[in-house]
Amino acid sequence: MTERTLDTTEPTGAAAPEPPRAFDFAYWWDRVGILVVLIALVALMAVIAPNFASVDNLFNIARSIAINAILAAGLTFVILTAGIDLSVGSILAVSGVVAVLTAVAGLPAPVAILLGVLAGAAAGLLNGVLTAYLSLAAFIVTLGSMTFLRGLAYTMTDGQPIVDNRLSFRDIGNGYLAGIPAPVVIMVFVYLVAWFLLERTRYGRHVYAVGDNAEAARLAGINVKRVITSVYVLAGACAGLAGVIFAARVVSAQPTAGTSYELDAIAAVVLGGTSLMGGRGRILGTLIGSIILGVLSTGLILMNVPFFTQLLIKGAVIIVAVAIDSLKRRSLRLRRRAPKVPTAAGA
Amino acid sequence: MSGNLRTPLLRLAGVTKSFGATVALRGVDFELRAGEVHALLGENGAGKSTLMKILAGNEQRDAGRILLNGAEIEIRTPAEARQHGIAIIHQELNTLPNLTVAENLALGQEPRTAYGSLDRRAMIRGAREKLARIGADIDPRRPLGALSVGMQQLVEIARAVSEDARILVLDEPTAALSRAEALRLYEVIEEMRGAGVGMIYISHRMEEVWQLADRVTVFRDGGYIGTRDREEVRPADVVRMMVGRPVDDLYQHRARKPGEVVLDVAGLTGDGVGPVSFRVRAGEVVCLAGLVGSGRTEVARLVFGADRPRAGSVGVGGRTVTPRTPREAIRAGIAMVPESRKDQALFPQLAVEDNIAVSSLGSHVTAGVLHRRRIRDGVTTTLDRLRLRRGALRLPVVALSGGNQQKAVLARWLLRDSAVLILDEPTRGVDIGAKSEIYELINELTDRGKAVLVVSSDLPEAIGISDRVLVMRGGRIVHELDSQHATEEDVMFHATGTAAGSTGVTHD
Repeated sequence: MTERTLDTTEPTGAAAPEPPRAFDFAYWWDRVGILVVLIALVALMAVIAPNFASVDNLFNIARSIAINAILAAGLTFVILTAGIDLSVGSILAVSGVVAVLTAVAGLPAPVAILLGVLAGAAAGLLNGVLTAYLSLAAFIVTLGSMTFLRGLAYTMTDGQPIVDNRLSFRDIGNGYLAGIPAPVVIMVFVYLVAWFLLERTRYGRHVYAVGDNAEAARLAGINVKRVITSVYVLAGACAGLAGVIFAARVVSAQPTAGTSYELDAIAAVVLGGTSLMGGRGRILGTLIGSIILGVLSTGLILMNVPFFTQLLIKGAVIIVAVAIDSLKRRSLRLRRRAPKVPTAAGA
Repeated sequence: MSGNLRTPLLRLAGVTKSFGATVALRGVDFELRAGEVHALLGENGAGKSTLMKILAGNEQRDAGRILLNGAEIEIRTPAEARQHGIAIIHQELNTLPNLTVAENLALGQEPRTAYGSLDRRAMIRGAREKLARIGADIDPRRPLGALSVGMQQLVEIARAVSEDARILVLDEPTAALSRAEALRLYEVIEEMRGAGVGMIYISHRMEEVWQLADRVTVFRDGGYIGTRDREEVRPADVVRMMVGRPVDDLYQHRARKPGEVVLDVAGLTGDGVGPVSFRVRAGEVVCLAGLVGSGRTEVARLVFGADRPRAGSVGVGGRTVTPRTPREAIRAGIAMVPESRKDQALFPQLAVEDNIAVSSLGSHVTAGVLHRRRIRDGVTTTLDRLRLRRGALRLPVVALSGGNQQKAVLARWLLRDSAVLILDEPTRGVDIGAKSEIYELINELTDRGKAVLVVSSDLPEAIGISDRVLVMRGGRIVHELDSQHATEEDVMFHATGTAAGSTGVTHD
């Protein structure tokens, strides 16, 4: 029996890859679906929205996308670990206030920018430590810090915008680098770094592993708590950077800046195909998701669609996108189940 | 004893059930009389649970008949099982811990006042009556979760009795009970026996089976082996019925020449286990055997730092390491393949490659940046060693069969090249082909001087692949056996505490 058993194991290997089907929607949606949606949307807008395709307008769109896209980049790390950060909009405000106050106090622009970003990272560290080491639910922790930090932004500004038309770092919001708006350059840089971290470093592998199965990650020797803390720090730093850019754009510290931006950022991440359950998603998907949302908003404005209707459309787009994602996953699951030989036995 | 001894209360005839290619029950017979405690025994995988699921209406039989008082019945849903008077007391309780005892007992049939609101008084009164029927002294207003597991179990039984259950299935009911609680349960069982309830009692504890059961039925590998009156047989006969199969040469046991001590565990103590002490030498396979709940997995987890030890030490290669986290254990050269592949080992959405490389990334990075080619080369080499197809590299790991998933988990630690490997149920849910490959791999590891600690519920495997077997009972190592001479009966005797063994050293 033993001999025969050994012989039959010769061709073992993975379950045979699926034979390509005539059209496998799930497979293709996973690969390029979101990009197809973006291209279709841009084409549609170019045809029906006046002035959509002009260089000025595209730059405007890119500039307006940049802030949400930078928020969403950091948030992607958090969501990949099956977490959530609702406080990024409030962090954006606090960081803007910190940067402007620093600049107004006469410190050099790079210091102001750096302190703005660091303020965001510090807020993220607080979120991360509470979530990872006290095992509090991320939703609750960041819901609390969202409110707290908004209060902090109001307190620091006395509830009034602090305007400084000669703001030293105004160029990172309004300037150009090689003819490209500065926020767009920064956004591209952020995405390159994020992509590199997730795809090319050990840290990135650990982020996916923790999100996919935290207990397995722990037993595989990953410092799960540190990974979880770090993603909130990254999200905070990104929000801080976004806050500095926002302040530069409006040459002022606005305590109301970024209100409900977290929702657009979450929408961008989810549109980009990242699973809220963690462990699955791509940073480039998030970028495309942000662009889709930005193009949609700008296009609807250009078409003079009333604001109320814009909300209806944006909300519907998000729900449809998530529904498609869920259907896709269900079909993948079914396919996995089919060829598997059940191993369940009595006992 | 009441009840008609001629027509059994419940009779199963030729019941068969398969899950895909696995036959869980092959034409088994079983008979339960009113007022009888009928013990159902068998090793893990014998088919006891499947039978229970069929009676509970959670699974449908493929063939065979179920007769209640001589009339054929169908049990398609748990609700139908209840209508037939069949109640199951599960090993894991199905109660709602945040609700009170009374609320749990009234679940689904809450009494209402004339105004349609919940009648709390009636509910509590009803609960008192139900508890009194089994003689349990429990305050119905307390939250269920505040009670001990034993008390919770009594509440479950009170519910079953209140639903006029005529057939009660008890699955390892004393597994989590204290001595006093167990005694209380035995009393309740006696009372129900007097009331003519038929009870199917599943347990691994021979001593308690002998105390309670009128008859004993043994299943093995999904088949019916036999039924005996308790008075006619000795425990040894039953153990033989349970294991009675030859150890085949699937295990290719080799004479190994163990070297230096690599793993040195001294006085290791955790929650409910220990202190345990043992050593594993280079090139040696030591197996922790024992019943479910005897503390085998807990010991493995303590050694690996997955749980924190309260006392004791773990040494690797002469250095005391006593890991407090898996991370520390891995750094010290200990690896563990955990008990549950799905919950504790696999990253289901990640590719096979990432699943394998996850613990070895540290040796393939410069300033945090991965050397992807080197990692892939390493992974490919291990895939070849495990006879996994290279094409599997980029597939999500869930696309693999159970056996290949397990090989991928093993590959993770092959790549890491740890000095000590702990394998907790390494062949659970794995087909025979992959099994023999995993055994081959264990041999290969010992050839390379690794120390291997295996936890296995599969007795032939436990003996067949190891050099020594450490038998655990009640959180302690109670006996050590030389695998060359050990039999499954020996292990079973010590694991169940049936009798003094014939070979080996008793640690008591």
